[in-house]
Amino acid sequence: MSNNMVYIALQNNEEARPIIEAIEQDNPHAVINHFPAMVKIDAPGRIVVNRETVEELIGRDWDPQEIHISLVSISGNVDETEDAFMLERLA
Amino acid sequence: MAAKKLGLREKYSKMTRDLSWDPTYQSMDKIYPQMNLEGLKIEDWDKWEDPFRLTMDAYWKYQAEKERKLYSIIEAFAQNNGQLNVTDARYVNALKLFLNGVSPLEYAAHRGFAMMGRQFPGVGAQVACQMQSVDELRHVQTQVHTISHYNKYFNGLDDFRHKHDNVWYLSVPKSFFDDAMTAGPFEFITAISFSFEYVLTNLLFMPFMSGAAYNGDMATVTFGFSAQSDEARHMTLGLEVIKFMLEQHPDNVPIVQRWIDKWFWRGYRLLSLVAMMMDYMLPKKVMSWKEAWEMYFVQNGGALFEDLARYGIRMPKYWEETVKGMDHLSHQTWNTFYTHNHAAAFHTWMPDQEEQEWLSAKYPESFDKYYRPRWDFYTKLEEEGKPFGNPSLPMLCQTCQIPMFYTEADDPTTVSYRVSEHKGNKYHTCSDGCKDIFDHEPEKYIQAWLPVHQIFQGNCGGASLDDVLDWYRMDKGVENVHYRFSADYANWKKWKGLDDEPAADDAAEIQQAASA
Repeated sequence: MSNNMVYIALQNNEEARPIIEAIEQDNPHAVINHFPAMVKIDAPGRIVVNRETVEELIGRDWDPQEIHISLVSISGNVDETEDAFMLERLA
Repeated sequence: MAAKKLGLREKYSKMTRDLSWDPTYQSMDKIYPQMNLEGLKIEDWDKWEDPFRLTMDAYWKYQAEKERKLYSIIEAFAQNNGQLNVTDARYVNALKLFLNGVSPLEYAAHRGFAMMGRQFPGVGAQVACQMQSVDELRHVQTQVHTISHYNKYFNGLDDFRHKHDNVWYLSVPKSFFDDAMTAGPFEFITAISFSFEYVLTNLLFMPFMSGAAYNGDMATVTFGFSAQSDEARHMTLGLEVIKFMLEQHPDNVPIVQRWIDKWFWRGYRLLSLVAMMMDYMLPKKVMSWKEAWEMYFVQNGGALFEDLARYGIRMPKYWEETVKGMDHLSHQTWNTFYTHNHAAAFHTWMPDQEEQEWLSAKYPESFDKYYRPRWDFYTKLEEEGKPFGNPSLPMLCQTCQIPMFYTEADDPTTVSYRVSEHKGNKYHTCSDGCKDIFDHEPEKYIQAWLPVHQIFQGNCGGASLDDVLDWYRMDKGVENVHYRFSADYANWKKWKGLDDEPAADDAAEIQQAASA
């Protein structure tokens, strides 16, 4: 039985909410857990935050590096490009 | 016409890699004298890549935004007397532990990363260390600044620097970092960036900050999350450095594994303080230590080590003992502080009946059987006005410096201790984990500044408890009493209109009660 869970935790605030929503939309396999002041999202293998999805939700340009402002914690191998922020762990 | 915007990869490359040059006046060995200290083999520093691809210009931009957010909240908190909105004044003792025990580690990390950034030849590593060094300085400053507001209203927060450097239990976090900083650069970065930041820091910051949020401490939540947003980058550095070392040469694997074993165990011991904070010090609990350890270490750490197995890395040695210890760690640690409160710069207390029910539900295997009867006994003594204190000085572990109160993993009624001999002297450690660490580098650990030894050698102000507490600059009868007898509690009741018992102005009376 292989454990390849990854997670991302974000602050529960106005800035992070559309990011959380974008993750929900684009990662149907992810589970969202609410903690005081914080949201932790767990998923097997991979979580992706897409620039386009966030931009559609907030109605303005969004740079994936803006995620640094609301990030609490992560687990997994990070890959960051202009278009997405990704966490991966191979099975 | 504006120049074409650089892509993220291209920008990272231009603004890190391309900033370096090959030295010609001096040899690399002379410029980076610590590179061959530890036996690590690095063949190509260009293989180092920061997956976040953060460049200094973006770094300043985002950090400035974090600071602006933080300070607007700190100001609002102070203006609105936010200290009165915490669940109850017991909570503030978690902040005392944090400021005296953890914030100075942020400063140590600032120094450590500045030193290590100088030692690594690769520019990717240099830039990452530089950012982290600046981050850590920001953390200690914002923590001191935020908690300074509480210092106006509560005791035990006014002398953290002196306390951190001198008080017995604070030698535990202090020596942890001193140990890392006196190692070579690769061990330091494995210790702090990987073992501490990547594997264990979630257990420090996430429960602490969720705990603060749950207990009405908006200011601490904010500095905590502001600092934690940097941690994600630090953790990524930690993972990157491990993968980098392992990919460079197969001979690095056993060296790195030994460091992972050592620093996992050192970190686990250090987190005893967090365990008791979660289970005992938060008036409103977020989750138990046991739940947190299962979530962040067993589950998430398990995934991490499965991932690292491809490099030949296994789970840290003795991790199974940490799982067996989940049922006991917080209770045994709290017991020690409760019974030595006369020498601690924060208040302890016995959980009330409702809290004991919570503990019982979270620890069905251990709480009712081993700890509740003791708590009932202490509570009874407190109610009779003669709280229990243990006046003897404990034996300390030569490695982690924690008093030897932990029990054997398979027997919670037998205290665990191990003995090593070195050059005709005996040295005691609290566990197999700490003994292994001592045995591998005895010449390092025989130099440990063990608070109890130092007291007996006459280096801590004198021979009596009073002398030592004065030397600690402990405000006797004020900082070092059980919560029930504290000025903090009396003031809190007065501010919140909880009852009409004498408060603050009668601090003298309370002190008397406490020292009686």
